[in-house]
Amino acid sequence: MKTKLILAALLATATLAAHAAGSITVKGSDTMVILAQKWAEVYMGKHPDVKIQVTGGGTGTGFAALQDRKTDLCNASRKIKAKEIATCVAAFGGAKPTEYKVAVDGLSVYVNAENPVKELSLEQVEGIFTGKIKNWKDVGGNDAPIELYSRENSSGTYEFFKEHVLKGKDFAASAQTMQGTAIVLQSVAKEKNGIGYGGAAYGVGAKHLNIKPSASEPAVEPTEENVMKGVGGGAGYPIARYLYIYVNPALDKGDIAAYLSWVRSDEGQKVVKDVGYFPLPAQWRHK
Amino acid sequence: MQHQGKRPIGWMGIHRGHRAHPFEWLAEKGIFLVSLSAILMVLLIFVFVAREALPIVFGQMNSALVQPVIPPDEVDKHPPEKIREYLGLTKPQFAAMDKDTIRTLMEVHVEAQNEIPPHFRTDPDARANTTEWRYLVRPHQWTGYDQPSYIWQPVGQIHKYNIMPLIVGTLKTTCIGLLFAVPLAIGAAIYISQLARPRVREIIKPTIELLSGIPSVVVGFFALLVMATLLQQIFGYQTRLNAFVAGIALSFAVIPIVFSIAEDALTSVPRNYTQAALALGASRWQTAWQIVLPAALPGAFAAVVLGFGRAIGETMIILMVTSASEMSWSLFSGARSITATIAAEMGEVVRGGHHYRMLFLLGALLFAATFTTNMVAEVIMLRFKRRLEGKR
Repeated sequence: MKTKLILAALLATATLAAHAAGSITVKGSDTMVILAQKWAEVYMGKHPDVKIQVTGGGTGTGFAALQDRKTDLCNASRKIKAKEIATCVAAFGGAKPTEYKVAVDGLSVYVNAENPVKELSLEQVEGIFTGKIKNWKDVGGNDAPIELYSRENSSGTYEFFKEHVLKGKDFAASAQTMQGTAIVLQSVAKEKNGIGYGGAAYGVGAKHLNIKPSASEPAVEPTEENVMKGVGGGAGYPIARYLYIYVNPALDKGDIAAYLSWVRSDEGQKVVKDVGYFPLPAQWRHK
Repeated sequence: MQHQGKRPIGWMGIHRGHRAHPFEWLAEKGIFLVSLSAILMVLLIFVFVAREALPIVFGQMNSALVQPVIPPDEVDKHPPEKIREYLGLTKPQFAAMDKDTIRTLMEVHVEAQNEIPPHFRTDPDARANTTEWRYLVRPHQWTGYDQPSYIWQPVGQIHKYNIMPLIVGTLKTTCIGLLFAVPLAIGAAIYISQLARPRVREIIKPTIELLSGIPSVVVGFFALLVMATLLQQIFGYQTRLNAFVAGIALSFAVIPIVFSIAEDALTSVPRNYTQAALALGASRWQTAWQIVLPAALPGAFAAVVLGFGRAIGETMIILMVTSASEMSWSLFSGARSITATIAAEMGEVVRGGHHYRMLFLLGALLFAATFTTNMVAEVIMLRFKRRLEGKR
């Protein structure tokens, strides 16, 4: 009896230890939560000995947890900031966090389905969201004031849009900041003079616009092919970005390294496509 | 017996007439400790919030985009204390670092300065420390704007932290919410406690109180999708999501609180007041309006103050309905409340950075505002009570 008990206890500790060894925690961007969860699900199906735990909270929260070693991997929908690198370097004893590009995201500009406007140039989008252009008739639409829908300034999407579309200028103060792409879409669907932006998504009552990289170029639709061209800096869809995972280089070995290379493999990139983002171009993939 | 008539009440009432049972004594002490810990907790929270906000209050933060750079090769030419301040490290952190780490950190700083887009480098705003008080409360002529303006745009190359739009937004939504909720709730309380038949009271009272059980996120969602459209159709204003909608939605959260406290106050007015008034020939309505309501005024006032606290502290409803940081007193334009700002932005801030501290400053302001209103209300209530009791 006693020996049995001891055996059971030993077994329990052994499984616990195995758990700790094969457990990966992932934290960060809310945009990437669904993608990261899907990755974890598929990967755990193939490697039952590895346990992956995914939580959101925002890119900044993820970096804070990475510094404090409360998470192994940090999902980020923007590049790490110099200040965050600095705190990481201080916490990691001199090493910078390693950056991996893991997926591509194209941001769409949405308007109400009844809006006659079909395309805008990048410059016009900038004018609209900074509040310089206030009426739809200035961009070929009805004579009606434009109602702006933006994202919360805590979202990586907001920062990307501000840096790359508005060129660092401020959003108009009258822009409503919404909690997610879904709510932006819903609001635009309900507001016939509304305009918003967000990740690739579909909703009844709203449509995405084709974007002209400059006034003289033809408008580009946010299709996979065009987004891939655009993110590489080519003449494709102009509002595209990478999604990242950051890791403490000291931890980038064993299970974590294996998981990271799987995420960037053809198999991991297939998941990206299933979730609705765009897979990495060939040069960034892990072979 | 030396203490006839007046028994000594010992420390914490231990010698009250009969000898306290040891268990009672323990329970009394336990309750005392719990209430003490509640006070301590409030104090601790305030100290924590204030401590995080202090560097902004004293102007110790610097949010300027363009900052002086020390090349990594010149690390030996400067005193270590200067390097430590330049890197923004604490003393123990700095002491634990070797030369290579410090060098890497300095390289990161140089890289960060090199990353600044050229058109920002020449912008005078890029050299301004935007956490100074004058940028926080007064309009500033930012590059690219037609006139000096109040701007809250904390994320971006230049961090604009003007808190006035948030204060105005909070006041706007709170006032609309209270203007809508207080008359309705007090009216309902008078009706239920004085005029309604018992049968009606039994149905209406729990129904109104049930309102407080609706999670605010559900109210917010309802307001965002249904009420906003409905109100826009009725009033025909331009912006669908505005302070007016948020205020009305807010009143859903405020009404049950004001109602139940006011109703309690009205019901607890002594029965003989009412009976005397009725016996003298006053109608039910005259009795309710001229006798009972004045007698219950301190209670009704307390209800309004608590309703104000609920309205100013409510986050989710406003966050979902409207959050444009617009500096405008118009009721039909967007608004962004202080609470919504903290809730929405806290998740993404760099810990210990200026944005983080700015949010704590907002929290401290909110704390101070509710604290002051409660205090003022307490004083006013005391006056009311004294007047009612005939002591001037």
